[in-house]
Amino acid sequence: MPGAMKGYSALALLKGGFNGHKSWPRAWRAPEPKAFYDVVIVGGGGHGLATAYYLAKVHGVRRVAVLEKSWIGGGNTGRNTTIVRSNYRLPQMQTFLELSLKLWEGLSQELNYNLMFSQRGALLLGHSDSDMTRLAELGDSLLTNGIDAKRLSREQVARLVPLLDMSPDARFPVHGGLIQPRGGTARHDAVAWGYARAADALGVDVIQNCEVTGIDIQGGKTVGVQTTKGAIGADRVAICVAGDSSTVAAMAGLRLPIESHMLQAFVSEPVKPMINTVIMSRSIHCYISQSDKGEIVLGGDPDLYPSYSKRGIPMRIEEVAGQAIGLVPALSRLRMLRCWSGVTDMSFDGAPIIGKTPVENLYLNGGWCYGGFKATPGSGFVYAHTLATGAPHPANAPFGLERFASGATIDEAASGPQPQSR
Amino acid sequence: MFLIACPHCGPRSQAEFVYERAEEAVAYPDGTPQETLAALYTRANPRDFAWELWRHAYGCRGWIRMRRHRTTHEIAEIEAVGARL
Repeated sequence: MPGAMKGYSALALLKGGFNGHKSWPRAWRAPEPKAFYDVVIVGGGGHGLATAYYLAKVHGVRRVAVLEKSWIGGGNTGRNTTIVRSNYRLPQMQTFLELSLKLWEGLSQELNYNLMFSQRGALLLGHSDSDMTRLAELGDSLLTNGIDAKRLSREQVARLVPLLDMSPDARFPVHGGLIQPRGGTARHDAVAWGYARAADALGVDVIQNCEVTGIDIQGGKTVGVQTTKGAIGADRVAICVAGDSSTVAAMAGLRLPIESHMLQAFVSEPVKPMINTVIMSRSIHCYISQSDKGEIVLGGDPDLYPSYSKRGIPMRIEEVAGQAIGLVPALSRLRMLRCWSGVTDMSFDGAPIIGKTPVENLYLNGGWCYGGFKATPGSGFVYAHTLATGAPHPANAPFGLERFASGATIDEAASGPQPQSR
Repeated sequence: MFLIACPHCGPRSQAEFVYERAEEAVAYPDGTPQETLAALYTRANPRDFAWELWRHAYGCRGWIRMRRHRTTHEIAEIEAVGARL
């Protein structure tokens, strides 16, 4: 029943304690698809669910369906390293990710769902003089655009993360760092669940186990989708399936500037708090953070060749473990609990694609490379704006599909049109 | 990981090789602007077999053409670049 969402609160939790927590309603309905919607969103990850929520909440578009081929949040939303930050180099990325970060900051309250959003800081380490020069440049760029950044000396880094190897013969000598204090982590599953519950309460149909198998186009206009639960008509169709964007866009005859590559992540057995910030590096591709449950979460380079296999390569496990132990030697005592792999949409300039496609009433949100999670609220916010008004929000205006033909690419890594060199 | 049967060195670990680009990504000097744009910025990116260019970077350093499955990683055809010239 839309609008019947039972609020979560300390009092409700206390009341639940008296009846064995049996009175909680399901968090969202399990509706069958209707024949027609104003907007059909293909993909029930965090981005698609956020889009549905903002469509209903901000724009009053409530005849919205989110179609998910599996279960919501079962794709890349549940496979990332949960890091949230906005400390990018290029102004277009900064503006967009800062909009996203500001939404993160009030999101648990807004959704009435504990996203376990923790602004424990996102620290970039510098390992050489040139690293420190680049960090200074990045910090200046961030401060100029009103985003928090603080340059740290070697001593300040050592105080912040005492377990870093600061010895004279350290594998990765630490010269200093740059921290974004407002960066941090969030519980990735909760983001999908929180948006699904809040969107459902506003009347959005969240339909799981419903795979889109075709896009219906008549006279050059998108009029609906074919699914494993039958045909569904739609005024607008919104692709939001990063990892599989090429496959779904091909249903409308489109070829995208995207290649699908594997990215792995790893998690150790849970231990007591030992790392109180997000550790990244300017020279090596290694991410280290600790979840609230105590697991050490590690991420590294993608596998650097196209694949949809969702199986990572063992040499990457060795490489990431080696880098992590080089930075924090105490990690060598931990046993790894799990490793997994996700399919990333590697775009050809490293930036996402959010906007219209050449097919009328068909919209695209994808190309997130390995940076989609942090952008979840902002992505949904600007995509909803684009779908509701037919024009991009100022924050996603630079991220249109047409930028590749016009030459206005947004190449954060300045590495050219080769997805494996990001 | 998988084995790649290098036309020069024989079967070697994928770790020795570097993926260079999809064959459809090769831009030719006499291409039209549209063809060049398509080669630089659009891909079929199938969940199926695709022709790719690789290099045996930590071996003979030769360039290789292969038709590889993007989900199973099976290599159906492989040859040295220029083998048919």
